[in-house]
Amino acid sequence: MKQVKLDDLYRDTILDHYKNPRGRKELDRIDAEHKGYNPLCGDQVTIKAKFTNGYLEDVAVDSQGCAISVASGSMLAELLPGKSLKEIQQITEAFREMMHGKKLPDDMDIGDLDALEGVKKYHSRIKCALIPWITLNDLIKARQEKETLVSPSLPE
Amino acid sequence: MTTKTDGVIQMPAETGKQVLNVDIIRNDFPILNRKIHGNRIVYLDSAATTQKPACVINALSFFYRTSNANIHRGAYTLSEESSSAYENLREKIARFIGGVDQRGIVFTRNTTESLNLVARSWSKANIKAGDEIILTEMEHHSNLVPWIMIAQETGAVLKHIPVTEDGYLDMDIFYKLLSERTKVVSVTMVSNVLGTINPVSEIIKAAHSYNAVTVLDGAQGVPHTKVDAKELDCDFLAFSAHKMLGPTGIGVLYGKPELLEKMEPVLTGGGMIQEVTLNSATWAEIPWKFEAGTPNYADVIAFSSAIDYLEKLSMDAIRIHEKELTAYTLERLETFPDLTVYGPRDIEHRAGVVAFYDKLIHPHDLSTILDSYGIAIRAGHHCAQPLMRRYNIPANVRASFYIYNDKADVDALIEGLKKAREYFQYETS
Ligand SMILES: Cc1ncc(COP(=O)(O)O)c(C=O)c1O
Repeated sequence: MKQVKLDDLYRDTILDHYKNPRGRKELDRIDAEHKGYNPLCGDQVTIKAKFTNGYLEDVAVDSQGCAISVASGSMLAELLPGKSLKEIQQITEAFREMMHGKKLPDDMDIGDLDALEGVKKYHSRIKCALIPWITLNDLIKARQEKETLVSPSLPE
Repeated sequence: MTTKTDGVIQMPAETGKQVLNVDIIRNDFPILNRKIHGNRIVYLDSAATTQKPACVINALSFFYRTSNANIHRGAYTLSEESSSAYENLREKIARFIGGVDQRGIVFTRNTTESLNLVARSWSKANIKAGDEIILTEMEHHSNLVPWIMIAQETGAVLKHIPVTEDGYLDMDIFYKLLSERTKVVSVTMVSNVLGTINPVSEIIKAAHSYNAVTVLDGAQGVPHTKVDAKELDCDFLAFSAHKMLGPTGIGVLYGKPELLEKMEPVLTGGGMIQEVTLNSATWAEIPWKFEAGTPNYADVIAFSSAIDYLEKLSMDAIRIHEKELTAYTLERLETFPDLTVYGPRDIEHRAGVVAFYDKLIHPHDLSTILDSYGIAIRAGHHCAQPLMRRYNIPANVRASFYIYNDKADVDALIEGLKKAREYFQYETS
């Protein structure tokens, strides 16, 4: 049997994150928690976050899914702690655009995420790569909505 | 020794057995010549939809080239031709499923629409709060969701026959669920995940003893084995052409004429009326009263070709062929550690569907890797989320067979599984 090169999909970096997901840990304080689902395959991801002054101080990611979604969640957990909500939003947007074929801004630090670029060629798998990011985005939105009710001005 | 007729090898008379000659059959399927990533196609997703033989593809294009005209509406040659071809298939289908009354054959878009038609139309007039509808835990969403809606609208109660660990319906519980309150029993003939061939004849008899109406989801039954709706005595039977070599967009609902006659149409408009005034309408006879609007007559005519092809091979030979392939697949998969195969082990109770869960590789990853070798299998919940929940897995991988598959396809799958594990750097044994 011949095999096409799958190496642009399952890069070593991805397999490494898959086998040792960085975000699978406990947080000492949980400020918000959100669950995401991929209805196509029943995969789930649970994200727990700890915030300090508008920054994501730490994040735990528990994925039950394929190599792509687990690796993507692990990269998220490695990259985002210490970043402001605004930076997180920018990276999420840039990653989403990368999955739809756009180039990343040169000056953006995206950690290991570029290893996932090959996923864009596998249409049915893009959702797998995005699901932890969509879930974190939903978590942040839900939290902001709650906070707006309490205090009208939000730290960026 | 053996004699060949297209696609079938007649075994020596003393065995009386017909077997399929897959090499000849494969030649009839143009798509199987395609290469996927440089490999021959190993198509193992026929439970989702089957490939089409050249005769079906040609029938469709021949019809559009030579006979196309809307049916039932014109007294001219083209329209007469398409009308009679359309009605001829009704007769052929009635014969194919056991010689039922052809007035009971309604053309729909697919199994899903057929089941919705029963749920909507029959239930509306016959189900009230407190009545019970018995389904099973292994149903496809298309035999769950329509009933969920009916239950919500009417206050009827849904009951489900549980599935045992080894993939059978728990019949003891079925008998306990049955009661005077049971109005409908709707079950699949064959599970599209477990491959289980359900004891539908027994279920129908038991349901009828409580005067319940019986509905069979034949999507995975009718394409793979001889089905005799008359002998089964089911009240309704639903299936899809696209899962039995036919085109997409054609489904069948068989219903006993005496039931169909009392049912109201769900869709209304042209083609299904007797007389219309500005403020009133009366319905055409069955089955036409359920076929509002221009039907998909061109595909119906192509479906006719598919039935001819299946009958030439014989449904019995198809069943024998799939049994052998399935037994072989189960045997090969059993040698893999860390891999769970679902459904009955007894091949007499199992159709050509083998779903499994590789504990080392997620179903999605497995299907992407297998695809790189040209192997098409399905990963997911197969529109049976409650069943997935029953087995505590989010998804699994399913290989399903038809007349054009052979042992080489199974070998390719097994080889692909080994490669996938190597790729993920797991030990294979
Ligand atoms: C058991 C079963 N029922 C119903 C269906 C629905 O068939 P269709 O999509 O043709 O309506 C399927 C096919 O996916 C099936 O396997």
